[in-house]
Amino acid sequence: MREIDVKLITEKVRSLCIEANTDLGEDVLEAFDRAIQQEESPLGVEILKELKENARIAREEKVAICQDTGFAVVFVEWGQDVHLIGGGLKEAVDEGVRRGYREGYLRKSICHPFTRANTGDNTPAILHTEIVPGDRVKITVAPKGGGSENMSRVVMLTPSDGVEGMKRYVVQRVKESGSNPCPPTIVGVGIGGTFEMAALLAKKSLLRPLGTKNPDSDLNRLEMEILEEINRLGIGPQGLGGRTTSLAVHILMMPCHIASFPLAVNIQCHAQRHKEVVI
Amino acid sequence: MAEPIRLKTPLTDNDVEGLNMGDRVLINGIIYTGRDAAHKRLYDLLNEGKELPFDIRGQIIYYVGPTPAKPGQVFGSAGPTTSYRMDAYAPALIEKGLKGMIGKGMRSDAVKEAMKKGKAIYFAATGGAGALLAKKVKKAEVVAYEDLGPEAIRRLEVEDLPVIVINDVRGNDLYIEGEKRYRKG
Ligand code: SF4
Repeated sequence: MREIDVKLITEKVRSLCIEANTDLGEDVLEAFDRAIQQEESPLGVEILKELKENARIAREEKVAICQDTGFAVVFVEWGQDVHLIGGGLKEAVDEGVRRGYREGYLRKSICHPFTRANTGDNTPAILHTEIVPGDRVKITVAPKGGGSENMSRVVMLTPSDGVEGMKRYVVQRVKESGSNPCPPTIVGVGIGGTFEMAALLAKKSLLRPLGTKNPDSDLNRLEMEILEEINRLGIGPQGLGGRTTSLAVHILMMPCHIASFPLAVNIQCHAQRHKEVVI
Repeated sequence: MAEPIRLKTPLTDNDVEGLNMGDRVLINGIIYTGRDAAHKRLYDLLNEGKELPFDIRGQIIYYVGPTPAKPGQVFGSAGPTTSYRMDAYAPALIEKGLKGMIGKGMRSDAVKEAMKKGKAIYFAATGGAGALLAKKVKKAEVVAYEDLGPEAIRRLEVEDLPVIVINDVRGNDLYIEGEKRYRKG
């Protein structure tokens, strides 16, 4: 059985936190370029260019893309043939977050829900684990900002709402969010499962690189249709009017109970930050 | 696209009357930072009839809570935070002479009314452009509420800080008008 020391997990999480917060993915930069070509609003074009310039500065100077360096959402796919030694996974991940946010000069944004007292080190992380076949471990760190997370929702539609009801809800959610989630956004949609699974599907859908197709051709078509409707709303970059309200819609779907139709919409701002590593 | 307008703080009535919804503006000079907790304290001072920790007349407040500055950096990443949380406090500050606010997202009707009456402007900076905006800060010092950490009130000296006029003194709102202009169907 392969062994991995917790220290390695901590080190990987530490560097992923810094990398994710300072180095915006190429897929996002390419999406900005496509949007600049298509944007009709001159002010919208200026903003998209500013976002590109911002990402360039952040990458070169290794500083945070956005001051809201987010909640550290960590996905771990753990190969079942790997044995962790030297401590617990949760503690190792939290320690990585603690170090990453301190050493990377990232903002600590996690607090007690009632007293609002800051935990001081951006822990705890949100840890999602999955046991998978094999002897590899994949870690993904996806910092999530508050502005766009606040605009997200889970709703239990009724089966009779159908595909049309689902589409209407998603578009309406983007419309009501207006300028708050820092458009252009990426709209993560989770359909089916249970209440909590719909939300997780929506979040996971955001990890798919921008500009790639949904492997399910029906869902792919649905993504295009919803995106087109969203981009007719006119909200535009930063909500100042324009074509580019969202860069993409991503859907993940699974079967649901015969009585229910769970739907989750997880709005992601243009600071679409996630980095991964395979150990 | 018209060239941006260069403005120097403190702002006069004349400066703000000349601005229109949608104008791009480059701000130069001194501005102050403040967000949720600092606003609450300023508001409480006013209610108690006490002096504010800085002369607010003609000034601009930037709603921001930056990342810690790295060694060698003047200021950490510093994009705007969502403004509606400051709506409860803004009218009282405008009444005391505040001329500008920088943030992101729509303001309440009460704030818009106060801006018309008190001749103040609401600007948006690009949300999420924290690294770019940080570079426009040439000097930063805490002037009040050091205990609030990133939320302390700081006096910033900025050079060409890029913002856009959302609400002008005539009651126009770019969030409403912009969306209308580009909406289809
Ligand atoms: S919504 Fe995103 S881009 Fe906007 S301030 Fe929050 S983290 Fe930054």
